[in-house]
Amino acid sequence: MSAAASGKDGKGGLKAGFLDAFISSDGAISVFVVLLGFLCGTILILAVGRNPGNMYAALLQTLSGYDITRGVWNARYIGEWFTASLPLILCGLSMGFAARTGLFNIGSEGQYIVGLTAAQFVAIYGPQVPGLHWALALLAGALAGALWGGIVGWLKAKYSVSEVVATIMLNYVAYFLSRYLTRLIPEANTYKTQSFPKTALLSDPFLSQLTNGSRLSIGLYVALACCLIYWFIIERTKLGFELRATGFNKEAARCSGIRVTRSITLSMAIAGAFAGLAGVVVALGSFSYGRVLAGQDGYGFTGIAVALVGNNTAGGTLLSGLLFGMLQSAQPLMQSRMIPKEITQIISGLVVVFISLRAGFKMIIEWRAKRIARERRGERDE
Amino acid sequence: MNVTKGTSAPQKREGTPGAGNYAIEMLGITKVFPGVVANDQVTLRVRENEIHAILGENGAGKSTLMSILFGLYDPDGGTIKVKGQEVRIKDPNEATALGIGMVHQHFKLVRNYSVTENIILGMEPRRRDGTVDLAGAEKRVAELSERYGLAVDPRAKIESITVGMQQRVEILKILYRSADILIFDEPTAVLTPQEIDELMDILQRLKAEGKTIILITHKLKEIKEAAERCTVLRRGRYIGTVQVADTSEEEMAEMMVGRAVRFKIDKEPARVGDVVLSIESLTVYNAKGYPAVKNLSLDVRAGEVVGLAGVDGNGQSELVQAITGLMPVHAGRILLDGKDITKTSIRERVNAGIGHVPEDRQRHGLVLDFRVDENIVLKTYERQPFSSKRGILSFPAIAKKGKELIEEFDIRAGQGPATKAKNMSGGNQQKVIIAREIDLSPRLLVVAQPTRGLDVGAIEYIHKRIIGERDKGRAVLLVSFELDEIMNLCDRIAAISKGEIVGIVEGDKAEERSIGAMMAGVRSPRKEREIEPNEEAQGGSK
Repeated sequence: MSAAASGKDGKGGLKAGFLDAFISSDGAISVFVVLLGFLCGTILILAVGRNPGNMYAALLQTLSGYDITRGVWNARYIGEWFTASLPLILCGLSMGFAARTGLFNIGSEGQYIVGLTAAQFVAIYGPQVPGLHWALALLAGALAGALWGGIVGWLKAKYSVSEVVATIMLNYVAYFLSRYLTRLIPEANTYKTQSFPKTALLSDPFLSQLTNGSRLSIGLYVALACCLIYWFIIERTKLGFELRATGFNKEAARCSGIRVTRSITLSMAIAGAFAGLAGVVVALGSFSYGRVLAGQDGYGFTGIAVALVGNNTAGGTLLSGLLFGMLQSAQPLMQSRMIPKEITQIISGLVVVFISLRAGFKMIIEWRAKRIARERRGERDE
Repeated sequence: MNVTKGTSAPQKREGTPGAGNYAIEMLGITKVFPGVVANDQVTLRVRENEIHAILGENGAGKSTLMSILFGLYDPDGGTIKVKGQEVRIKDPNEATALGIGMVHQHFKLVRNYSVTENIILGMEPRRRDGTVDLAGAEKRVAELSERYGLAVDPRAKIESITVGMQQRVEILKILYRSADILIFDEPTAVLTPQEIDELMDILQRLKAEGKTIILITHKLKEIKEAAERCTVLRRGRYIGTVQVADTSEEEMAEMMVGRAVRFKIDKEPARVGDVVLSIESLTVYNAKGYPAVKNLSLDVRAGEVVGLAGVDGNGQSELVQAITGLMPVHAGRILLDGKDITKTSIRERVNAGIGHVPEDRQRHGLVLDFRVDENIVLKTYERQPFSSKRGILSFPAIAKKGKELIEEFDIRAGQGPATKAKNMSGGNQQKVIIAREIDLSPRLLVVAQPTRGLDVGAIEYIHKRIIGERDKGRAVLLVSFELDEIMNLCDRIAAISKGEIVGIVEGDKAEERSIGAMMAGVRSPRKEREIEPNEEAQGGSK
């Protein structure tokens, strides 16, 4: 609605103006969609005859550590919430970074797995020097993820191989390769390796103590640093300019002399590095032994939803990662309050569906704006 | 309503038999899109059996008005009468039932179907056993084609006939559906001058057979040639309806734009310098792997505008893309200031001084989701002060540049440098590209279709800037499908057909007919060729 069209009619104009501002703000849409998801979740709980208040009590406990029913406060819940959010944030950044270059990185899961696997190997075979050991593991995980993503980007840019197909395939390659390689470790059995040396772990006594003994680790700093790096690269650097131009309009970018092949390969590599770091954070932050994966952890796929809700921005992804992390870590608390834990998955799913319906929402709101305009015209005619 | 000349028109022609009744009356039509009033109380009265032109700049509301008539949009206000009966046209099928047919600007034909199959598509005549009576349909198409002098072969495949023929198939398609009110949406945009002449004859023939014709266009010459009356729209408003015979082109242009317009650009004689761009026996393969540019040679010198005249699809795009580095060269060389750039990267060519205003401005020229200032530095973002040595961008410097060029080039951008390119009009988008490319101060400016789809005001401005570059001593290569534009701007005109230069003419000696013939592939027999004797070799290469 232009100001001229809204014109003198104060109320209708104001309403239309508000709607317009709302629809053009991606952040507002995300908030709206999340609220809608919770509303549906609430209705669903009512429908199965439980008290939705219990869900909110569980969520409150996750967010603040305060148990409203027993009146007890325990900061460990906050720590666990953050811990669950970290890989989601990092995988969200991975998805988002690729999306900013016009790519659909469905392969965060695979990049996560190679990062995790690389970290486990460095943890077991790396030099047991305090500080250096885990830093090497982080580096190895990031590089492995970057390689895994970069291959896809290069194939896409050079030979127009669909990144969707390539990443899905590489997810399986990563998964089985990880299982195969990890089981080659002499001390490994069918599901785990020996314990990691202390120097490899990301655990941080300070953070752990602060959150009453939660598993919150150095991964927190890693995730926050990655958000910053993401923002800086995309918004502030020459490289980000090239990546964004390529993402919005590859042809125009090429015409301007931007090396599109390089942009796409780099973008997938950087995206892969974020997912790889998520793997390290989980492997060395939440576990003290190497795992022979028995299934995909699913962080990579949830990362897609995280990036969608976060609108592919650094801050948005941080917040939406925390949201999905909250839903995930609230599950056991909900179960203990007689709320089926699946409700959180339904809410996450609905949020994604609603986000995808954004175009539909836009149409509805535009249709309303039109009706308002028509009503106003009717008034004018009279 | 400021109806200027419309009111006097009806009385003048009242005596003419059969012309008194209106075939179409659209009264007080209003159509609002979010944020835009596309039609504001527009009135259009088309008499039976007349050729009525609708004139207006882009965004004046011509297409919206016709889409309402054809049932594609629902008007927000006003009434429509067809042959005196008030109607509500909800979809194109109802329009067809009322005898209204539309020849769209972009043809809607199935390429691998025959002419007849395309025409009957959707209303195939059946034999008693339920099979399609193709033979009968072909006979009817042949009859119609003969009656209106269209000379279409009913059995030809669409992909094997010319664009002009395809347009006639579209005409047949609506005649086959017994339309007697025919809407032509910018019908000459894709035609060669010869084909335009033929279309004008067809329009007269249709009129003679009793049809009513509405012609949407922004080309005044065509209106002068074909139409009897003309309704002018400006910014969604009805400006007036005039008798074409009594109104000059200048007057109509003024009604359309709202101010006096200069058609002919004033330019000094060219002060030609050294050869800047030299194309030597260039062969370029298109995306499908066929040679699109064949053994082509051409020089462009400093201080001159060389025009490449030709019908779309004769190798112009490939030639431009080869020069700018977007397409690989199969054989031959491209020299810039004597240096071989055939194999250099796009960025190297930009830095060597090639500016490029691409044909498809939204696809190749702009990042629509970027701000104006970001688009302005799209080729120079790597340079200081926009980027530091370490690759960190300075947005204040970028915004400052954006602001400078917005002012210098009179770009209308609502939020200044922060305006998203996609929220600007086509003319202003093109100005952003022109500003960027001219600001590179290139040695060579390659300009393709710089004014396609733009309105008179923007065209005037862009032409002026192109001549300005020439006068600064730049070499300019202009590709255009608009012969008028080529004739108006160019110091030399090279006609291209099927990837070869057919002939080169001095701009001031050019005749529209002979260039048109060359564009169609007819090698000019006499005078034009010998003007540029050193071009002889490549002209007769194959």
